[in-house]
Amino acid sequence: MKKHWRRRHIVEAFFKGLMLVSFIVVAGALGLILWTILVKGLPALTWDMVTQAPQGGFYLGKGGGVLNAILGSLYLAGGGTLLALIFSLPIALYLKTYLGDSNWGQYVRLSLDVLWGIPTIVYGVFGFTIMLAIGLRASLLAGIVVLSLVELPIMVRAMDEVIRRMPVDLEQAALALGSTKLEVAMRIVTRQMLPGIITAILLALGRGIGDAASVMFTAGYTDRIPTSLMQPTASLPLAVFFQLGTPYPKVQQRGYASALILTIIVLIISIGSRWISARLNKYTVK
Amino acid sequence: MNRQIQFDNTKPDLEAEGRQSRPSVVARNQQNQLARRTFFAITLLPMVLIAAVTLILLVRSWPILSAYSLKDLFLGSTWRPDEVLFGFWPYIAGTFWVTAVGVLLAVPPCLFTALYLSEYSHSFTRSIAKPILDLLAAIPPVVYGVWGLLAVVPFVEDVLAPLSKRWLSFIPFLAVRQPTGFSIIAGGIVLAVMIAPLIISVVYEILQTVPDELRHASLAVGATQWQTIRQVVIPRVIPGMVAAVVLAASRALGETMAVLMVVGNVAQVPQSIFDAAYPLPALIANNYGDMMSIPLYDAALLCAALILLVVILIFNILSTLVLQRVLGKNQAS
Repeated sequence: MKKHWRRRHIVEAFFKGLMLVSFIVVAGALGLILWTILVKGLPALTWDMVTQAPQGGFYLGKGGGVLNAILGSLYLAGGGTLLALIFSLPIALYLKTYLGDSNWGQYVRLSLDVLWGIPTIVYGVFGFTIMLAIGLRASLLAGIVVLSLVELPIMVRAMDEVIRRMPVDLEQAALALGSTKLEVAMRIVTRQMLPGIITAILLALGRGIGDAASVMFTAGYTDRIPTSLMQPTASLPLAVFFQLGTPYPKVQQRGYASALILTIIVLIISIGSRWISARLNKYTVK
Repeated sequence: MNRQIQFDNTKPDLEAEGRQSRPSVVARNQQNQLARRTFFAITLLPMVLIAAVTLILLVRSWPILSAYSLKDLFLGSTWRPDEVLFGFWPYIAGTFWVTAVGVLLAVPPCLFTALYLSEYSHSFTRSIAKPILDLLAAIPPVVYGVWGLLAVVPFVEDVLAPLSKRWLSFIPFLAVRQPTGFSIIAGGIVLAVMIAPLIISVVYEILQTVPDELRHASLAVGATQWQTIRQVVIPRVIPGMVAAVVLAASRALGETMAVLMVVGNVAQVPQSIFDAAYPLPALIANNYGDMMSIPLYDAALLCAALILLVVILIFNILSTLVLQRVLGKNQAS
């Protein structure tokens, strides 16, 4: 009896320790990644990096920065997010107010999850094929459209998760007072879920900024800052990738710095979305 | 009668009463109907998109699918576009190896972490774990790739490969045959970290669906917490866990940039986790866009994308169906 008692407690302690170690390993991985990027990127991170476009011979180690890529990424992800928002808000509202948890609702959710799972490189190839067919060159516009496809499922599912948690009384109260479903959607759900919607937008924005495979063929790459939708544009992830691909240590250093810039942007978006949703959540009906 | 006429003639002065004029019920219903139809059309978009992507890739890769037998394409191991020889086997095998290593490395620590967060941890630990996982999920693939280049590849080169060479090289799939750290294991480590947040959060959610009453009952009859987990919690969540792992595997299959940067990109059928490999997404990323001069090359690369897409669609649909059922059951109760 006593032996049995001791054995199971040793097993308990062993597995508890194992779980704690696993958790520390996962958390440590994040720390390790951020630390590596910071240590390698910081020495090469100069003011010129973020304020100048590449000058002649940039990829041989001469002057300039990656402003073209920073702005290009912001344009691409900003446009993609806006376009995705135009389509995802109606889908999320339709799921909530008209479909609910019905079978059709589940089919739509399934299709969104499947879309989310499609690798971004496939979107890139698909987009490029379409561009070839309609004669569009690699451009900001094409990049934005393809990125919006990548971001759409992320955004809808994130909105849907929050909208689903809305208290059902609110909706029923509005319906009982004679609102149409559209009015419920626009005036009650949208307002009540504003923090969730903003979180979803920022989540998708962060994903859009970081994605390289989808814009690789569709947005092209250039050293100039785009001034119209039809021009090709650079993006930060590709800037990192190309700079690391050169044989010059100085350019590779800049690649690390670019990766640091990208990481900082993404972290700001991620932390900002937590902060905003925490602040705005005070104003919603629980 | 007189009163009735009076009523019709007096238009109620809404502004004076401090009320707004409202659209009529008919107009509001029309708006509602119009919005419903528009929203419905937009909601069909995801399904249309899936069909369109699959169909277009199928149509565009048809030339090569009809020119060669499936066996030659998928199991042939010679890839020489200039001689019009397309065998996908090295790439398929490379994709499989990298994904398998990544998933195998990720699953045990992720399951234990999810169990820890769900069953043991203090709510404070949980509140810091959520942001950590969110940040891990938010880091862009290319940054993972840079981390892989800077930390994982040297680690494999200087630590893992010599260790394995010294002690484990008699096991065929651990043999070291190339001097660099650009290898399947490096890609696997990077992938493992990338899919960790997904596995942990899905498994955590599934664990939350197990009713607390069951845990309490088991603990009340004297089981330790680990016994409760082993005998009560885990048996109930196995389908969900499997689905979570399959979902993570499908995510890993399509990962492009991070893997591309650390895996070496040598078109060979790998024999060991220390060999370099050339996964399908890397093949597409490196070659698509500048292959216009060689006949069928374009179709071959689109066929690579199609293979990837079909495998991922199957994995994804199966795992999502299971997860919807598992997680939906909880919401109903």
